[in-house]
Amino acid sequence: MSEDMKVVEDLTQSEYKWGFVTDIEMDKAPNGLNEEIIRFISAKKNEPEWMTELRLKAYKTWLKMAEPDWAKINYPKIDFQEISYYAAPVKKPLLNSMDEVDPALLETFEKLGIPLAERQRLAGVAVDAVFDSVSVATTFRETLAKEGIIFCSISEAIRNHPDLIKKYLGSVVPATDNYFAALNSAVFTDGSFVFIPKGVRCPMELSTYFRINAENTGQFERTLIVAEDDSYVSYLEGCTAPMRDSNQLHAAVVELVTLENAEIKYSTVQNWYPGDKEGKGGIYNFVTKRGMCRGKNSKISWTQVETGSAITWKYPSCVLAGENSIGEFYSIAVTNNFQQADTGTKMIHIGKNTRSTIISKGISAGKSNNSYRGLVKIGKKAENARNFSQCDSMLMGDKCGAHTFPYIEVENPSAKVEHEATTSKVGEDQIFYLNSRGIDTEDAVNMIVNGFCKEVFNVLPMEFAVEAQKLLAVSLEGSVG
Amino acid sequence: MLKIVNLHAEVEGKPILKGINLEINKGEVHAIMGPNGSGKSTLANVLSGNENYQVTEGEIWYEGHNMLDLSPEDRAREGVFLAFQYPVEIPGISNATLLKTAINEIRKHNGMDDISPKDFLAKMREKGQILGMNDSLINRSVNSGFSGGEKKRNEILQLLMLEPKLALLDETDSGLDIDALKIVSTGVNSFRSSENAVLLVTHYQRLLNYIVPDFVHVLSNGKILKSGGKELALKLEDQGYDWINKAELETESV
Repeated sequence: MSEDMKVVEDLTQSEYKWGFVTDIEMDKAPNGLNEEIIRFISAKKNEPEWMTELRLKAYKTWLKMAEPDWAKINYPKIDFQEISYYAAPVKKPLLNSMDEVDPALLETFEKLGIPLAERQRLAGVAVDAVFDSVSVATTFRETLAKEGIIFCSISEAIRNHPDLIKKYLGSVVPATDNYFAALNSAVFTDGSFVFIPKGVRCPMELSTYFRINAENTGQFERTLIVAEDDSYVSYLEGCTAPMRDSNQLHAAVVELVTLENAEIKYSTVQNWYPGDKEGKGGIYNFVTKRGMCRGKNSKISWTQVETGSAITWKYPSCVLAGENSIGEFYSIAVTNNFQQADTGTKMIHIGKNTRSTIISKGISAGKSNNSYRGLVKIGKKAENARNFSQCDSMLMGDKCGAHTFPYIEVENPSAKVEHEATTSKVGEDQIFYLNSRGIDTEDAVNMIVNGFCKEVFNVLPMEFAVEAQKLLAVSLEGSVG
Repeated sequence: MLKIVNLHAEVEGKPILKGINLEINKGEVHAIMGPNGSGKSTLANVLSGNENYQVTEGEIWYEGHNMLDLSPEDRAREGVFLAFQYPVEIPGISNATLLKTAINEIRKHNGMDDISPKDFLAKMREKGQILGMNDSLINRSVNSGFSGGEKKRNEILQLLMLEPKLALLDETDSGLDIDALKIVSTGVNSFRSSENAVLLVTHYQRLLNYIVPDFVHVLSNGKILKSGGKELALKLEDQGYDWINKAELETESV
């Protein structure tokens, strides 16, 4: 029988088995969340029974929880039964050439300086033989395999590396952690798994771009990165090109684990669709990201530039359990028009001689609201803990808001915790001052913003730093005057 | 170099300048004096292109250009410089970055290459010395944490670094003690040449002892009531502004 017919047959038989109404689309689950849907997702991913059980357990936990509402953000209530939790990865119809691409999209690529090959891929144009991305990715994979590095989708990892998954998945962010983590644990469909074996320094920066079969980013991504003793990896997430998605809610979970002397550097550049000028239709980015410095002398750094999403709600955090471990958080969060952000970090000091650094830069423009919420917690046994936090806010114009909610909880008298905060405003006066020195308004805004964000740009991986600067410029276009 | 014809300007709908006529040639220093509210600062701001001030009538010609057609940044690139009465702070941008960017914008406009880092540093040191400002300010944020006097000196440092053709100094002397006044004046005098011109807006005659003007104009109620040489300033110091107003009233009633 033909391939197509076989697929139809399988699917219709499955449908019958699961008792769905027969007239649904073949590659999309009906809206709603219940045990059947979860089993359906698990089956689609060919998961072993133990994984299905984990999902169901998380789902039961979720049912007992209430959606949190303490953040300084407003959004219409989400109806969790009106979301479809599974959609087969459909390759978008390929266009034949760049001429068929929306000119506005091309203009954005130009402004962001995105390399030509990437533009083609992002625009959905069939990549031609000259820029053979498949062979590039293949060579990449071979290099990694030689070092014993595993870099694959989380689904592949569940199937091919069950021991590692059983050992580490949920060890940093258990399903019971919070409402969205529970939901994610029940219904996640995609994400990355990275494993760096003992003593290996990953020779290149890992980026989701190079994962073969990288599908359209799922709503509920689950990522797990494990760095064994004496290893190192730098991971880049996201891209500067504006990403649209018909799914409004994105609730991802990212877990990082470092063993003795290991280091993970996790960098994010996020430019999800922020909604139109009236603030409608943007993406909600609710993420739980946490790193566990299990081993002595280990280090986890979070570096991020967030300019998109209608709502950003995330606190990449570090649990500093290992002695002498280090946690770092460098962030630039930009909000414009009607965007809202309630973001920050948590540094939990548990072991001795632990250190953490927090540098957070918030820029608000338009009518947006940007809040920093941070926790520095020093446990009873955390001898000699050190923390330095700097939260700077910049307001562009006078219709936006910037708020800071720093929490400091210290239970050990040997701790040294420093906190600095500044707020500055960029107004017409400053722009005119720079104009009168021969600098035009767009350049003036960029100069001011770049000066403000310098400390964070300096720690971004180089390619990201350049893209991030351009991204900031594009995000703040027209924000003053 | 600069020709102002029948200039009328207002702020937030309120007329301030009511018909200014003024000509400034290369090599000249013109002082504008007048009581509070006369429009002195307005004149300086209108010339530099501040959007808060609207020109309602009249023309301004600068080096053959219709100045009203030029944006503030273009005026700066054409060699117009305003030393602000109240310089703003710009945290995050160092003095060095500001100056280097400004210098290069002007050079680019004139078809020149960027200034080399070595030349830039040497120039900063040279001009900084004239004004008694040391190396540490190179990397400090523009005017951040500067005292009033330091801000004014920083404006003059920028003047010396940018080497404009027309310098508009808006009450540069206000808030300065005698020593600072002398230093700033030395700076301005080192700038003066036969190729550039200075428009000096000031309240008190004292500054004019150090920066000796070629022409003095008295601005009152939006108009230039009297023009003269440097002796006019001394007379004002002596007698105040009233006698000029009275003379004007007398002329009007004739």
